[in-house]
Amino acid sequence: MSALIAYRGVGKVFPGVVALDDVSFSVAGGEVRALMGENGAGKSTLLKILAGEHRPDSGGLLVEGRPVAFASPRDSQAAGIAIIHQELHLAPDLSVTENLLLGMMPTRFGIIDRRAARERARAILARLGEEIDPDARVRTLSIGKRQMIEIGKALARDARIIAFDEPTSSLSARETRTLMRIIDDLRRDGRAILYVSHRMEEVFEISDSVTVLRDGRHVADYPDMKALTQDQLIIAMAGRTITDIYDYRARPLGDVAVAVSGLEGPGLRAPLSFEARRGEILGFFGLVGAGRSELFRLIYGAVPSTGGDVLIHGEPLVSADPRRAIAAGLALCPEDRKDEGIVPLAAVAENIALARRNLLGRPLIDERDEGTQAADLIQLMRVKTASPATAIATLSGGNQQKAIIARWLAADSRILLMDEPTRGIDVGARSEIYAHMYRLAEEGRTILFASSDMPEVMGVADRIIVMREGRVAGIVPRADATPDRLLRLALPDASTGQS
Amino acid sequence: MSASPPLLRRLGALGPLLMLLVLFALLGALVPDFLGLRNMRGLVLSVTLVGTIATTMMLVLALREVDLSVGSITALSGVLTAVVIARTGSVAAGILAGLAAGAAAGFLNGWVVARLKVNSLIVTLATMEIVRGLAFLVSGGQAVSIPAERFYALGSGTLFGINYPIWLMLLAFIGFGFLLKRTSFGRNVLAIGGNPEAARLAGVPVDRVRIAVFVLQGLVTALAGIVLAARITSGQPNTSQGLELAVISACVLGGVSLSGGVATMIGVVIGVFIMGAAQNALNLLDVPTFYQYVVRGGILLAAVIFDRLRQTGGLSLPTLLTRFTQKDRLAS
Ligand SMILES: Nc1ncnc2c1ncn2[C@@H]1O[C@H](COP(=O)(O)OP(=O)(O)OP(=O)(O)O)[C@@H](O)[C@H]1O
Ligand SMILES: [Mg+2]
Repeated sequence: MSALIAYRGVGKVFPGVVALDDVSFSVAGGEVRALMGENGAGKSTLLKILAGEHRPDSGGLLVEGRPVAFASPRDSQAAGIAIIHQELHLAPDLSVTENLLLGMMPTRFGIIDRRAARERARAILARLGEEIDPDARVRTLSIGKRQMIEIGKALARDARIIAFDEPTSSLSARETRTLMRIIDDLRRDGRAILYVSHRMEEVFEISDSVTVLRDGRHVADYPDMKALTQDQLIIAMAGRTITDIYDYRARPLGDVAVAVSGLEGPGLRAPLSFEARRGEILGFFGLVGAGRSELFRLIYGAVPSTGGDVLIHGEPLVSADPRRAIAAGLALCPEDRKDEGIVPLAAVAENIALARRNLLGRPLIDERDEGTQAADLIQLMRVKTASPATAIATLSGGNQQKAIIARWLAADSRILLMDEPTRGIDVGARSEIYAHMYRLAEEGRTILFASSDMPEVMGVADRIIVMREGRVAGIVPRADATPDRLLRLALPDASTGQS
Repeated sequence: MSASPPLLRRLGALGPLLMLLVLFALLGALVPDFLGLRNMRGLVLSVTLVGTIATTMMLVLALREVDLSVGSITALSGVLTAVVIARTGSVAAGILAGLAAGAAAGFLNGWVVARLKVNSLIVTLATMEIVRGLAFLVSGGQAVSIPAERFYALGSGTLFGINYPIWLMLLAFIGFGFLLKRTSFGRNVLAIGGNPEAARLAGVPVDRVRIAVFVLQGLVTALAGIVLAARITSGQPNTSQGLELAVISACVLGGVSLSGGVATMIGVVIGVFIMGAAQNALNLLDVPTFYQYVVRGGILLAAVIFDRLRQTGGLSLPTLLTRFTQKDRLAS
């Protein structure tokens, strides 16, 4: 096997951070190479260099043994490279077809051939196993579907070198299976694949080899995945062992903190009711599209409900206004951190302070107070940032996520709605986040969290609400939760007569 | 390399300042009398209208909105003040009427933008026409002279040897600079401009802030319009056409991003003076008005290209410098 793509001594420095330091490795045709490392290790930066978005400060790339210098993403595409980015890069107001074939719409006599384009799009969607209308506007699709479109874009380009940056972080189990199958096809087709993910099972399943980064340095290379154990890989990544990432701790529960009764609204198919107690960690499991995000947004007042009540410590939340919800002690860590979480150009400290400042309603900024609190939380959550004044958009994905959680710790929220809280977070940091969740619950707070990651839901939640197609399919106490039972509840079942 | 290079970052922020200094040095060398005290005073006075309004335009742009109606509001408030003073003989009543008109126009802009979610470019394009029309209606299409000598003092009077309009501009610089950086309100403006949905979900009162910013813009513009009327001793319904473009150009030159979320008062001050210096030099050199249009348009174009380059990182001094210094480091 010859190397299709090789990194040779690549270095990259951003103001205040060495993102990459002398990284060399290569990927052959027909090889799937995983790129592993903690949040901020430099994985996305490596891929962005491949994509022509960043230029290396030292070293360079070889494509099929020939040195290349990409001045722009166009150059990279022309060299047969496609990148599926960690954050979605779709045009929300264009159709699925237009997004899939962006810049390569088929034409007839110089005019876009809509019919041919739609056919091409259909073929790609079929390969993705998706039943998406090619004419639908991307804005109307769930984040998981959008991720599949992003993958479809790479397929449409028929690239020889394909890099995936955490493609499954917002995919359902079924979509993940499809993706694994597609990657396997691509491998058999002789393409070179770079695969970044924090999900161990997946990485072990799909990849042939792995390159490990730590703080921008290339610390290990394993040519054969089969000769490697998860523990070895975790030690290589984190420099320490993590025995039980969930490390569940039971705790006493208090009185009812949240009571939802007969809640109705967009995304829910039937009136929905449940209760959660102080000190409880309530998991919401379901396939992507089961209505968990919609439920959280309804509770939070981000979208108006059309019926039912939300009682917080017995008091009804009246209007659909996140400000009311926050005043009542609620917090929402949204699933889509780029569009709904961060204020990209603002400093990390500013992003952390935003909610608390508005909650307290103080007209003047207390720089000292906000500064020390942000510094403390950055340390507590171990957010990797050059300084609190750094723009949050320059942080790695996982570190942005931690900063958003810090925002609600700053606001001292009593009830946290966390939508995929560990999305894009590395193994070590995940166990830290779970520990924070237990600590918050022990302090008498209530945590509702949605996750598509079954081991996570089973490992962390005291009780699990399984949702299916906009309704509650079942409520399962921790002791009774088995993968089988959760899946059976989550999967649409023909016999119950769904249309 | 663990700590960030604050010096380099500062230098980046100084980009517009460097531009201003180079411009002043150049004009000082090339244009006779440019750096004279008399001319400097004239220059400062000449930027007061644009400078004062730029302070609130900065907030509007930082919100990721735009306001094209400021030229018309300037005219309406001046004319209305003149008419009310002429009718009632009360200077106070005239000023109040002018301010109320500005606030009302601003509120209308803000309310439609915030509540009905209409693009501010379109909304203020409409109100620009409406308000200009009102200015003509109120004045009957004629300049309205103001029969109150006391009122003129607002335009020509001085305190510690500095004209009132300059004081007003300085106050606006300081006041809105403070508002932007030191108050929750100002930070909320930047957060909304940076990501409106994220701001809303974090508990920022998005609609309220939007409306308030447009009302402030209306009020400050009206105040500037009233002072202008005092300077020219009459209310002119057709004054300040195209003013909105000069104000926006000044802001963008000063580093305010048209895509929202980024603004500094010091940048806007510098932008205002870059515009003013260019205009002043053209006047000193007796360049015919027709050329001045071309030059002003050119400056606006340069400003937006500058904005674009800054966003794509092609023009950021810190990136260039770190890249440069890093090369050395790696080589050694
Ligand atoms: N445009 C940028 N400007 C400044 N710093 C940056 C920029 N992009 C990345 N960095 C920094 O470079 C380092 C590596 O970031 P990168 O995004 O490559 O990490 P990652 O391994 O992909 O992490 P994650 O698993 O969280 O996605 C981080 O410290 C990050 O803050
Ligand atoms: Mg990344």
